[in-house]
Amino acid sequence: MTVHITTPTPDQPAPASSVGVVGWLRKNLFSSIPNAIFTIIGILLIYKLVPPALNWAFITADWTGTTREACTSDGACWVFVGVRINQFLFGFYPASEYWRVVASFSLVGVLVAWLLIEQTPKKGLVAAFTVFCYPIIAYFLFYGGAFGLPVVETHKWGGLMLTLILATIGMFCALPIGIILALGRRSSMPIAKSISVIFIEFWRGVPLITVLFMSSVMLPIFMPETWHFDKLLRALIGIVFFQSAYMAEVVRGGLQAIPRGQYEAAEALGLSYWKTMTFIILPQALKLVIPGIVNTFIALFKDTTLVLIIGLFDLLAVVQAAFADPEWLGYSVEGYVFVASVYWVSCFSMSRYSQHLEKKLHTGHAR
Amino acid sequence: MSNTSKKQRWWNNAQYRSLFFQVLLVAMVAGFFWFIGSNTLHNLEKRGIATGFGFLSQKSGFGILQSLIPFSEADSFGRVFLVGLVNTLLVSVLGVIFATIIGFTMGVARLSNNWLIAKIATVYVETFRNIPLLLQIFFWYFAVLRTLPGPKQSWAAGEIAFLNIRGLYLPQPIFGDGFGYVTLAFVLAIIVTFIINRWANKRQQDTGQQFNIWGVAFGLIIIVPALVFFAVGAPLTWDMPALRGFNFQGGMTIIPELTALLTALSIYTATFIAEAVRSGILAVNSGQTEAASALGLHRSKVLKLVVIPQALRVIIPQLTSQYLNLVKNSSLATAIGYPDLVAVFAGTTLNQTGQAIEIIAMTMGVYLFISLTISAFMNWYNNKTMMVER
Repeated sequence: MTVHITTPTPDQPAPASSVGVVGWLRKNLFSSIPNAIFTIIGILLIYKLVPPALNWAFITADWTGTTREACTSDGACWVFVGVRINQFLFGFYPASEYWRVVASFSLVGVLVAWLLIEQTPKKGLVAAFTVFCYPIIAYFLFYGGAFGLPVVETHKWGGLMLTLILATIGMFCALPIGIILALGRRSSMPIAKSISVIFIEFWRGVPLITVLFMSSVMLPIFMPETWHFDKLLRALIGIVFFQSAYMAEVVRGGLQAIPRGQYEAAEALGLSYWKTMTFIILPQALKLVIPGIVNTFIALFKDTTLVLIIGLFDLLAVVQAAFADPEWLGYSVEGYVFVASVYWVSCFSMSRYSQHLEKKLHTGHAR
Repeated sequence: MSNTSKKQRWWNNAQYRSLFFQVLLVAMVAGFFWFIGSNTLHNLEKRGIATGFGFLSQKSGFGILQSLIPFSEADSFGRVFLVGLVNTLLVSVLGVIFATIIGFTMGVARLSNNWLIAKIATVYVETFRNIPLLLQIFFWYFAVLRTLPGPKQSWAAGEIAFLNIRGLYLPQPIFGDGFGYVTLAFVLAIIVTFIINRWANKRQQDTGQQFNIWGVAFGLIIIVPALVFFAVGAPLTWDMPALRGFNFQGGMTIIPELTALLTALSIYTATFIAEAVRSGILAVNSGQTEAASALGLHRSKVLKLVVIPQALRVIIPQLTSQYLNLVKNSSLATAIGYPDLVAVFAGTTLNQTGQAIEIIAMTMGVYLFISLTISAFMNWYNNKTMMVER
């Protein structure tokens, strides 16, 4: 007798060892003997490092209190950071004037958010306000001396506030100079080209520390005696020159990525060089290099810590100085972890934002 | 309309314009330098600072924590410059070596098919590259190495190596008579290996016969010098560090400043190298790997002959620029007092002599020279390995 099977046999389920948790483990962690060994080493490493670190930082840590006596457990003593948080944020800025710093940074935060969020209207107007009016407002808010605001000398500025000021002003001034230098480097005029190349290669070839040394030691020698530069301004001048060279290279990358046809089309329309650049080339090139600009900003943000070597009190320097307080000896790890997390959160979110932009802007222009 | 409007006016002529702009530019730059120059002369005269490099032969009068070449307080500022330069080169070379090893390991690990290893490598890269280098140097120096125990409570590895707040103490090799022959044998072995390698490559190109170079290389480079070493009577002794009184005597000391700087530089730069390696490997089209496998090449051959040469084309330029950054970043040494070029020359020497212009110019000159040399090398390499498109 023959058996006729009219319905197809149902598919066998995949073997238990290749689906679900077990399958995932086999595929991703134990696919071969060396891999299994690596996995075990990795697990051991995590077991040795992560629980003690979490335990130190959160579980056995002391959070509240105002004196050293509040730190009784074995864990981290965040009281140290809490007690000095104002100094870490504002340096030696007078406490009664903190609102000025907060107002200034909030305003720029709102403006930048307005420009970055896509749906907001009147971007041109806001951009113009940010570029031309905001610096003046910020100057009077930070420094004072008008509208009844008392003057706060720059040597009282410090902490996170100084770090942000150095990074944003450095960036803000370096961008236009960088664009000019990049255009110069790609110019057909031999002298303009060689001056740009020499300028860019010089600043890119030397470490930022020597630039800061140079601006703090040599600027007073180079300038007429009657001109007075305070320490902050000297550091800023060095940072701007240094940063503009890096910015120029980023912008040059964008200029090179624009197809020749764009230049030729603009020329065929009879546009002058500056009109070609302002209306055709730079809008496309700058859009392409926004991720690159964000990356140089991240680098600058981290590099501002170097100003502590020439005696300015940025975030790291203020925290470093706080370790010397005899009341709070021995809490350097807490201080460093605090500074590191501030930098880490800022830099990591900016780099994620830049990657997101890179994906969004990758519209086919880039070659 | 008048006649003149049709004729091109001279100021609209592109050639005249560019000439005019360039003359203006030269005049501005010259004017700027004249302004700086005259101010400088005036200010220097007023402050009574003599110019010139005469100070280089003056007696320095201060000691330096670490120097690879003999140095004492009686030596000149010129010698200080040399000591600083050698220290900078030392930390840079060691940093490049460690950063490359860690960076390549982590870059490959990020692409590993082991999920856990890839994640650990990602966490490492994302953590350390987003924290300022100076902070990392401070952390290793002040929070780790400065909290080590004193000499009497040193951490010891057997009776050989000791770690305490003053540094890492290791045995120092003392080369006796005849050790030169061992070095000579080693160098000769390397040269011979190179020659055999070229011959083997040529023979493979001509006849297709392969030659296992690794066995020969091992024999030549390891065994031959070892035989020479024992033939001349093993002329090598070790000077062991030992606790005498309050401190260790003898052996070789690695100062904590060097350890902190080197650790931070290597860990920080390695994150960028890891990214370069990863992007290089990802840049190799998967079609290339598949085509190579389709040709029947073994997996190791696929890597060696197809993937790595193409990945290196992407990796090497980024790698060189990271090496350059490492050399420049080594100047952060001055923040923890490691006696590098910036610390001893642009720092101490500048304070003692006041010759700001000469000293800063010399310091910047050194870094510029290193940068330009490395970028010249990179351009040469790029041209050599550039893809020849058909």
